[in-house]
Amino acid sequence: MEREKVIEVKDLVKKFGDFVANDHLTFDVYKGEIFGFLGANGAGKTTAMRILCGLSMPTEGKLKVNGFDVYRQSEKIKKSIGYMSQKFSLYEDMTVAENIRFYGGIYGLKRSDRIKKQQQLLNDLGMPEMKDKLVGSLPLGWKQKLAFAIAIVHDPQIVFLDEPTGGVDPITRRQFWNLIYEAASRGITIFVTTHYMDEAEYCDRVSIMVDGRVEALDTPANLMANYQAANMNEVFLHLARKAKNVE
Amino acid sequence: MLNKEDKSNAMNRFIGFVKKEFFHIIRDPRTLIIILGIPISQLLLFGFVISTEIKDAKIAVYDQSKDYMTTRIVNKLTSSGYFQLQENLESDHGVEAIFRKGEIKEVLVFEPDFAAKIERNGSANIQLLTDASDPNVARMVNMYTQNIINKFIQQERLGQEVPMQIDTSVKMYYNEETKSVFMFVPGLMAMIMMLVSALMSSISITKEKEMGTMEVLLVSPLKPIQIILGKVIPYLLIAFIDAIIIILMGNLVFQMPIYGSLTLLMSECFLFIFLALSLGILISTVAPNQLIAMFISMIGLMLPTMLLSGFIFPIESMPKVLQWFSCIMPARWFNEIVKNVMLKGVGLLFVWKQTIILLGMSALIVALSVKKFKIRLE
Repeated sequence: MEREKVIEVKDLVKKFGDFVANDHLTFDVYKGEIFGFLGANGAGKTTAMRILCGLSMPTEGKLKVNGFDVYRQSEKIKKSIGYMSQKFSLYEDMTVAENIRFYGGIYGLKRSDRIKKQQQLLNDLGMPEMKDKLVGSLPLGWKQKLAFAIAIVHDPQIVFLDEPTGGVDPITRRQFWNLIYEAASRGITIFVTTHYMDEAEYCDRVSIMVDGRVEALDTPANLMANYQAANMNEVFLHLARKAKNVE
Repeated sequence: MLNKEDKSNAMNRFIGFVKKEFFHIIRDPRTLIIILGIPISQLLLFGFVISTEIKDAKIAVYDQSKDYMTTRIVNKLTSSGYFQLQENLESDHGVEAIFRKGEIKEVLVFEPDFAAKIERNGSANIQLLTDASDPNVARMVNMYTQNIINKFIQQERLGQEVPMQIDTSVKMYYNEETKSVFMFVPGLMAMIMMLVSALMSSISITKEKEMGTMEVLLVSPLKPIQIILGKVIPYLLIAFIDAIIIILMGNLVFQMPIYGSLTLLMSECFLFIFLALSLGILISTVAPNQLIAMFISMIGLMLPTMLLSGFIFPIESMPKVLQWFSCIMPARWFNEIVKNVMLKGVGLLFVWKQTIILLGMSALIVALSVKKFKIRLE
């Protein structure tokens, strides 16, 4: 059975001057899967992700996101994706409800929908009483969960998560991944970068980048079998040791 | 083609964005103080300094003639209530030393045979040496002295057939030019609008960069131009309100006249705010964080605006190099426009040159920042 592709990347090249950040990347991401995008710092994963989100233009290659062409239809892509950056990205001087309504607003949700969404989202997170609290006063774990919920407030087809769990304790990370699973079960495709190898094992499929190339792409189980590794950490170390561009 | 729904949707997005920006401004007390407190307090401070009355200013006299006429003049001065005779000098060598001590504001030098010269030629010389290290006080002291001496001449004339003449020749120490009492209103307007428009907007844009929210906004369906406009429109409004506050207060509290067209004045303010905002955007494309944005705005914009626009120090008394440098300060041209429109009541016909310079600068800066912004997106 052929699964529906939501991201198609063929021979993506991105150069900054002489430096080749992405060297002929080719991969597909299927609808509803959790796709782990791994690599050491400087391996080029952030560059590739920025290109897929429309923050940056590729030098060459064929790319489609949700069936839209990256070169010509970036406006349509932007409406159909969500994004959460590694820097936690809500407005601290606005309340929880104001943040939800603001982000809902810039994604074009109607006023009535925004209010409905706000209610539902707060209930899902189990924080309806925090509606009028300033985001700046929330603990980091809550902020992160809220940021994720807001990144998918407009029901995108794909959500890009750039190291979403940096600097968070293991319990909160676990809770955060529960949110990710839940979103995936609703059919939202998750494209996530991470440094935590235990998180890599939560993904349906994982790609590992080294020096701007995709060195490996498979399910975590297959990868561990191929490299005769006990866990993803060993797989990663085995591959990343070959790297030349390390920060 | 956008259909109707898309258009109203885009508009809603934009309005939501502007609303968010107002939240940021209203919820930050520091921002509120800067945009509302500073204009009012600065204007009152400057206004207070300028309207200071002279009372018991200390003077010294170097009288080389010591006759009845010089004595009467000195008496006139000291009995006016404005001046107090502190010292009688025996030579002009001590003048600098006296000024350095800082107590004495003015030295009167009467030439030898003062009364005799007046009787013979109908004219004689008094030299007024003024400590202009504080130009406002110097200007006042000087003006008052001349007025008193002129009055004395008029009174004396009544009984004389041949009108007699006393020429006062003035030399201001430390600051040759002390012109235009109303310089501070235009200068302050330029400074405040720079502050609110360039400084505050560049800080607010770099803040989004620093917080990582800018990236999220750029990924969203908002277009970069909408993001930038949404960020600066609130500051445009506030800067405009500040301009109105300053003009109103200048007029009501300090009697600064507005002889020219108010529409022209406000349009020129608008042009200057636009220019300052584009500078702010340009700075925000260069600066990686708020601190550097603030640093560039302060050192690169605020200081030159204060020092080189003729606001505090007259351009005529600057070294040639700085005079050329002041030509690239937008505030310099804005000051000239505001002064001319408010005080001389001239129309666009007389300030078209300055207006075109400001327009040209704006165009250049907008072009530069659009280019920079695109590079950054790459």
